[in-house]
Amino acid sequence: MADLLIELFSEEIPARMQPKAREDLKKLMTDGLVEAGLTYASAGAFSTPRRLALSVEGLDAASKPVREERKGPRTDAPEKALEGFLRSTGLTKDQLEVRDEKKGQVYFAVIERPGRPAADIVAEVLEKTIRNFPWPKSMRWGTGALRWVRPLHSILCILTDEGGAQVVALDVDGIKSGDTTRGHRFMAPDAFAVTSFDDYAAKLRRAKVMLDAGERADAIAQEAANLAFARGWEIVEDKGLLTEVAGLVEWPVPLMGAIEERFLALPPEVLQTSMKEHQKFFSAKNPKSGRIEGYVTVANIEAADDGQMILAGNQRVLAARLSDGLFFWENDLRQAKSGMTDWAEGLKSVTFHNKLGSQADRVARIAALAREIAPLVGADPDQAGRAAELAKLDLRSDMVGEFPELQGVMGRYYALAAGEPDAVADAARDHYSPLGPSDDVPSAPVSVAVALADKIDTLTGFWAIDEKPTGSKDPFALRRAALGIIRLVLSNDIRLNIREVVAQHCTQLFDSDQLARDIANAHDVGDSIAEELKEAETILKTLDGGALQSLVIRLVEEKANELQIWNENIAHKEHTIALADDAKMALPPDLLAFLHDRLKVYLRDQGIRHDIIDAVLAQPGNDDLVLVVNRATALNDMLKTEDGQNLTQGLKRASNILTQAEEKDGVEYSFGADPKFAETDEERALFTALDTAEPAIKAATANEDFPAAMSAIAALRAPIDAFFEAVQVNTDNQIMRRNRLNLLSRIRAAGREIADFTRIEG
Amino acid sequence: MTSPSSDDKPRCFQDVILRLQNHWAKSGCAILQPYDMEVGAGTFHPATTLRSLGPRPWAAAYVQPSRRPTDGRYGENPNRLQHYYQYQVIIKPSPSDLQELYLDSLRAIGLDPLAHDVRFVEDDWESPTLGAWGLGWEVWCDGMEVSQFTYFQQVAGYDAHPVSGELTYGLERLAMYVLGVEHVMDMPFNDPDSPIPLTYGDIFREAEREYSRWNFDIADTETLFQHFKDAETECERIVSAAETDGAGRAILMAQPAYDQAIKASHLFNLLDARGVISVTERADYIRRVRALTKKCADLFMQTPLGKAAE
Repeated sequence: MADLLIELFSEEIPARMQPKAREDLKKLMTDGLVEAGLTYASAGAFSTPRRLALSVEGLDAASKPVREERKGPRTDAPEKALEGFLRSTGLTKDQLEVRDEKKGQVYFAVIERPGRPAADIVAEVLEKTIRNFPWPKSMRWGTGALRWVRPLHSILCILTDEGGAQVVALDVDGIKSGDTTRGHRFMAPDAFAVTSFDDYAAKLRRAKVMLDAGERADAIAQEAANLAFARGWEIVEDKGLLTEVAGLVEWPVPLMGAIEERFLALPPEVLQTSMKEHQKFFSAKNPKSGRIEGYVTVANIEAADDGQMILAGNQRVLAARLSDGLFFWENDLRQAKSGMTDWAEGLKSVTFHNKLGSQADRVARIAALAREIAPLVGADPDQAGRAAELAKLDLRSDMVGEFPELQGVMGRYYALAAGEPDAVADAARDHYSPLGPSDDVPSAPVSVAVALADKIDTLTGFWAIDEKPTGSKDPFALRRAALGIIRLVLSNDIRLNIREVVAQHCTQLFDSDQLARDIANAHDVGDSIAEELKEAETILKTLDGGALQSLVIRLVEEKANELQIWNENIAHKEHTIALADDAKMALPPDLLAFLHDRLKVYLRDQGIRHDIIDAVLAQPGNDDLVLVVNRATALNDMLKTEDGQNLTQGLKRASNILTQAEEKDGVEYSFGADPKFAETDEERALFTALDTAEPAIKAATANEDFPAAMSAIAALRAPIDAFFEAVQVNTDNQIMRRNRLNLLSRIRAAGREIADFTRIEG
Repeated sequence: MTSPSSDDKPRCFQDVILRLQNHWAKSGCAILQPYDMEVGAGTFHPATTLRSLGPRPWAAAYVQPSRRPTDGRYGENPNRLQHYYQYQVIIKPSPSDLQELYLDSLRAIGLDPLAHDVRFVEDDWESPTLGAWGLGWEVWCDGMEVSQFTYFQQVAGYDAHPVSGELTYGLERLAMYVLGVEHVMDMPFNDPDSPIPLTYGDIFREAEREYSRWNFDIADTETLFQHFKDAETECERIVSAAETDGAGRAILMAQPAYDQAIKASHLFNLLDARGVISVTERADYIRRVRALTKKCADLFMQTPLGKAAE
């Protein structure tokens, strides 16, 4: 047994690449070792900005010898067969053995592979790993051809056993392996030798390098929290930033600073985003004021002045950045207070998708839809419409231009500045939600209306231009939009006929009268622009240089651009009109099927089997997702019971017998079972049970009380079981047979009130 | 001139430059002078663009005045200028101690990495007009970007082989930090104890005002468009000229052709500042400049400088 230590020492590895590089190094090495016949007890990978390291414990000292026998062709087989056998075994003819078998003499190859020392295997696997390392981006340097993420400087590779440490000899394009490494770039730059992983980690620590990224992250979080605590602040948690910063330093030294008073007017989200994106600072919040008032920056060095100079430098850069932020914010607020008309105008020239028109077109559609949805979710239609009109305006603000991730958040601030009510402003912020599967779902009615309208418009629009997701390709995040609709509807218990809403939205998208009016309008505007353009061009010919001329040139170009936008607009609308009527008819059910697919994925994650959902989706009312889920949940619960399982079997059996009989007889048995033809008690008992169960099921489903419906139908389990036990349905007596088939059809009908049980598996 | 010692701090802008010059001279670079044409960055100097092509070893350092018309702020912004200086180092093949050499240059201008927080933060570099890209970092000092550090991987579409290491320092920003100055115009240019002390503003404020106005309002776009076309035409004419001259000498003219590509590139920047290039046109102009650079590079590879020394 031996322990293996590897370190690949390079120039600074991008922080974002380190976590995967650790995994890759561990996997490639251990897989390679195992494949070559070495087993090991445990392995761990580590990274700092300048090194990737791997420790493997309990590694075999050598691989076991392998003896393999392979049977070849008979000695009298054609020469070709023998040649092929020699090629595949890598042996020569005189190395083969000839053995007598029943059918004659046969060649045998006996291949013996001696065990190999671990060092040989490690060297081989490591070289291969280095040469084939899956960096997202790699480079060459100097005169070499070797590729690494940044120039690779040294390879440490040692095997340690009771006898001590031994360097595994390796030479990758002139980089020879050894047992030395270096500490912190500035605080301990000298080389030192190590003898084992423990020795390595301990010496690195003395040389101001914390090897484990997790430990660095913990140290940063801990010290940052302490610094904040001393000022009565708390750090705003940011796991992603913590991981990144831990990948930027070998020896983390958190330093705390305060944000200058003049910047505290900025919204906390802006402060936080700017400090994080530009400078990788953690934000510190004052719980008393609720504001972000400070920051923690993480240096990579213990400076003699306790980092005062470093902090002062960072403070300077922060001030420059936040000055920009303040400039954007004040500019934007001016716009907001003046009604944001410039922004609304600006959205007209932002293309959303060349076949779906501009952002302004889209906003108009969403606003109309939000108004329609509003009453269904308990929102005021005017507020919902207004919120939708405002929701995208911040895309034109300076701040969102600088920090796209603040879209929505800024929208809320600007709506408030414009004097809009909270409900409208909140909707501007929340209408993008939910984005991820664990994202919070809006619950305020106006927000819900706009969020739903936004997503339904997106889906309907892309469906209309046939840009549906395929396989792993979903460039417009339509699956996410569908999941958003599902979660909004379910968590707010919104009773919505989604097919109807989509169909109605289609008529808006496809309203040919409106489109025709729009096109006529667009032609008029286009004509007048064309005229202006012509005029400008005429003027241009009379000018010879100078400021006026360049002004006119710019005008001409602006007009030409505008004209192009209008022409594209017309082309898009003509395309929409041209869409066949049946395409419009096909869209809502097709989109509903897509939503059902996403619903299945969603419910499967909640532990409901796909066949149960299928059984429920086969019912009428499947365009009301709340209904579908309530039904599926109740059915799922019942199927977990023994009664439920057996009942399903009984219902399926009844259905099978019926279907077969119906196919054979060419009739449908659906009516007329009469207890007077019943022969056995079991038969009569089933009649009685059905007489009780049927109205109970009907009443329960009408009330959407699905648990009650389930217990009502579950009561049929015993009578059905007893019936099948005692009664032969397909008897020779045709009257009795028909009566029993009709009785079965009552069972089938009772089941169908609840779900299509034939789709349930097992 | 007395050579500045590295334990004291520079006192003025030119001292920072002189120390860098000294450091890179001692490190074996040829100290070149700025290229005598308008460029947007030190990378455009043929000492970088052309000399990073081909197999011949190369080591040069130089100051390059750079012009970015869109960054003009009439001399009012503390950090933004339409004319500024870059310090550029280019070494092929990139030496294995390039990072150390670079850190020594910071020490030479008074930035001690034991007192400051110097970090190499991932930043890949790409120049669409040069058809070039590389991997490297932006170097942060106390949270401020002070240099760009790049290993060229491709130039004008050619794989860089050997790889050149390129360092670019934004001189004003770096010097302002070293000297502790808040506004660029307040920065001492020569020694503040000189008989005639001059600040950066004494030398450049008026120029910034004048060029800002010209760049944004006055530059005649018609003329600029024409110049762009002229440079493009001349570049192509030079590139497609016969290999031999009247006296039978075989001379390919990669460098004169590249001058025209530089010109076209700068004219494009001016037109961009005038706001007369739309988004789609922008892409087209960039494509045209890149096509010129590519042709110059193709030609350069056929000159003696583009081949291994005999």
